[in-house]
Amino acid sequence: MSARTRELFALIPVALLVTAGFTAVLITNSDQLGNLSVLYGGYFLALCVATHIVIRIRLPDADPYLFPLVALLAAFGMVMLFRLDEGLARDQANWFVLGLILFSATIIFLRPYEALERYRYVIALAGIVLLIMPRFLGHQTNDAFLAVDLGPITFQPTELAKICIVVFLASYLNEHREVLVVGARNVFGLVLPPIKHLGPLLVVWGAAMVLLVFIRDLGSSVMFFGAFLALIYVATGRLSFVVIGLAMFVIGAWFFAQTAPHIQERFDIWLDPFHDAGGSGYQLSQSIFAQADGGLFGRGLGDSLVQLPGCDSGFPDRCAILPAPHTDFIYAVIVDELGLFGGAAVVLIYALIAERGYKTAILAEDGFSKLLATGLTTIFALQAFVIIGGVTRVIPLTGVTLPFISYGGSSIIANFVLLALLLMVSDKARRRVRLQSQTRIG
Amino acid sequence: MNRQIIKLFGFLLILYALLFGFTSYWSIFDADDLKANQANRRPLLEEQQIKRGDILAADGSAIARSRPVGSGNNRVYVRQYPQGGLFGNPIGYSFVTQGRVGFELSHNDELVGNKTEFLSILDELQGHAQVGDKVQSSLDPSAQEAAVNGLAGRRGSVVAIVPSTGEVRAMVSIPEYDPNQIPKRFAQFNRDDSAPLFNRATQAGYPPGSTMKVVTATAALDSGEFTPSSTLSGRSPVEIDGVPLNNSGGEQFGTIDMTTALTNSVNTWWAQAGERLGKDTMFEYMARFGFDAKPRLDYPGFQLATSGVFDGNKLLGPSDPIDIGRVAIGQERLRVTPLQMAEVAAAVANNGELMEPRLWSRVIDPDGRETRLDPARQSRVMSEDTASTLNEMMQNVVAEGTGTAGAVSGIDVAGKTGTAELSPGVNDAWFIGFAPASDPQIAISCIVERTSGFGGPTCGPIFKAVAESILQGDSGG
Repeated sequence: MSARTRELFALIPVALLVTAGFTAVLITNSDQLGNLSVLYGGYFLALCVATHIVIRIRLPDADPYLFPLVALLAAFGMVMLFRLDEGLARDQANWFVLGLILFSATIIFLRPYEALERYRYVIALAGIVLLIMPRFLGHQTNDAFLAVDLGPITFQPTELAKICIVVFLASYLNEHREVLVVGARNVFGLVLPPIKHLGPLLVVWGAAMVLLVFIRDLGSSVMFFGAFLALIYVATGRLSFVVIGLAMFVIGAWFFAQTAPHIQERFDIWLDPFHDAGGSGYQLSQSIFAQADGGLFGRGLGDSLVQLPGCDSGFPDRCAILPAPHTDFIYAVIVDELGLFGGAAVVLIYALIAERGYKTAILAEDGFSKLLATGLTTIFALQAFVIIGGVTRVIPLTGVTLPFISYGGSSIIANFVLLALLLMVSDKARRRVRLQSQTRIG
Repeated sequence: MNRQIIKLFGFLLILYALLFGFTSYWSIFDADDLKANQANRRPLLEEQQIKRGDILAADGSAIARSRPVGSGNNRVYVRQYPQGGLFGNPIGYSFVTQGRVGFELSHNDELVGNKTEFLSILDELQGHAQVGDKVQSSLDPSAQEAAVNGLAGRRGSVVAIVPSTGEVRAMVSIPEYDPNQIPKRFAQFNRDDSAPLFNRATQAGYPPGSTMKVVTATAALDSGEFTPSSTLSGRSPVEIDGVPLNNSGGEQFGTIDMTTALTNSVNTWWAQAGERLGKDTMFEYMARFGFDAKPRLDYPGFQLATSGVFDGNKLLGPSDPIDIGRVAIGQERLRVTPLQMAEVAAAVANNGELMEPRLWSRVIDPDGRETRLDPARQSRVMSEDTASTLNEMMQNVVAEGTGTAGAVSGIDVAGKTGTAELSPGVNDAWFIGFAPASDPQIAISCIVERTSGFGGPTCGPIFKAVAESILQGDSGG
């Protein structure tokens, strides 16, 4: 069975899952069973098959599991959003369609993707502009500058910036990794990269600090810097560089935490969310209470308590017991309704995507492709870790979206572009592997 | 680079394992503690979506019912109390923001229909929404009304118990509050100096005054130390525990027997009797009546006060230095609740056997199945002989002694008055008793706080009104 046929067959159970999920929500909400959920499942399958055809034509050798896994996450998200509020699910479906269109456009027009290497400084500049844009054009949510208002819609530029930064880092490190290793010197037992090549890396560290202080976005900062350290490690093979980078980040974060009270507060809440459970710790303690209601199998789709009983003044912006159930805290709602099993399933899907992503990186031949696949996979997987970790109190809570599940257009679109790049790397790598084995057999 | 990529993936899996670990901690291992966390309002909010069962009075009228607000998934039920403040303190209230007290709290499980896990899973599979049971209370609206009218706005309390079953027919605490007002006026009630939210019937500790002589008489007769014809001097003053004790108004009595001493409530006689009996005997009989422990009422523990001898908040026992002579006449540091004194009267009325007091009589589930409560014995306080002797002596009190105001025409009443002087001219006025004396149907305690009047004239008429209301209701129904 060819890779593409496998992909096609994998999409069918995903569409069935959408149908089953919508059916469950409809039954709980209205005790009525129409053909509506079958219709939604049908639409979903049609969209995925259409995209599959684009992949079949342009990237016939690409990894067969990445797209179905992403579709699975999107299905999860759509069902949860439908359960929270019908309007949210409708918006999200529109974003999903737009995401698929941009995904196809990226595959069709960005060929070959190696061309990105040539424009790396332009891309880096674009990334930095995107990062600091909200500070000048945007508005604050929870003290952080996360979004830019574009007419009727708000746009979160960090979502796109993460792709730009990874492309730049992959390209830059691919070119300089040898000098970084060869020129490294042992100073007091510490292996340090040569000063000359340290500059650009310090710039990345500086960018992470700017994110932290200027944009006040701890989550994105951790995500970016994590991907950066991962790429340094893979490019140079030197764990000491990672340790140095980590130390620099911690020192920087600690230093700025003194001056920026919002970071300090995030840490205090993390250490004891129940200390001020009615005030600053409200979000996190409510998130944990929601998970406690879930148990092993959850309360069932549509059966958990998300809205304040008797409150009719708008949901989810008001009347939500757990704030932001459709964005930051959607994982807590999943655990509430589908239990530990549902939560574990979500984490497992992200782990499987990461596995396919790293496999792509391993199969890729050239350094840029390897680093690009590694970087994209890492930043994607870290984003899931940062928000789920925040919601479950593994790390301090920061506001990033749960990729493909959370409500929000920027996140869906950016992650579909990320997936397109990853599939392009995969297509090239796997084609080479296929041709090699054919030659050997021939 | 491939080796590093594999290591990186391994590191990521460790991070994801942490996510799984924390999720399972919150959702499984720590879930029970989290559900019990004070800041967790989810259980309360969920109960609000359950149709809480009605609370019925003894005559079947609704004391509390739930009214739906909103519709669909967002429907909640809000508590309504159609009889206003008539049952305010004993029944309490149940609201999301202010929580629950009283009967609403102690019978919460029945009222919200909490069942065993297995039964509720069955219900869920069958698509039944959780519905609460109806709980019928033994409280009688006409008896409540008689007591409220009798107290006529004076601060105090009335408790009426059926001696043979322990059912509480009336429990009134004045000032009362209207539970419908709780959501709006809770803070105001809480600040109010007259303490309307304080259930005097079960929470207030008053000096019992001479009503305590019923306990002392029980100890004297049942221990065999005294007979009704035993004599002691009734002169005034008599030195008790080194301090002179006077009779009410300094009245002098000669050497008189026990019946006379009870009829005229002679303090010096009873204080000497108490000293003769001693602390151990006195405490033994007090405990049999239910002193020194929380009453076994179906009521929240924090709303039940213990009756006994207190030093501040510390409950004293027979080994502590106590002036037992003055305890015997209801002075010293003795504090009793109106509920406890109603139990004292009920024990005498029920041939010396004390029944557990209770406010509920029946539970009716949504399918109409009924569970009736069997009466439960609490303790054998005294022999039947002692009880019948004491019954006669207490009839004498009402027939010709201090309790004539409690007499009910056509029915023989047994009773005992009490007047605890708090300061000159300020008394806690008591009456406890039961009727009909030959076949007791109801035992009642009454107290009016800080009044200038005496026990008999103040509380006697209230006793009479409540007793008549209940006895008429019985004969009529």
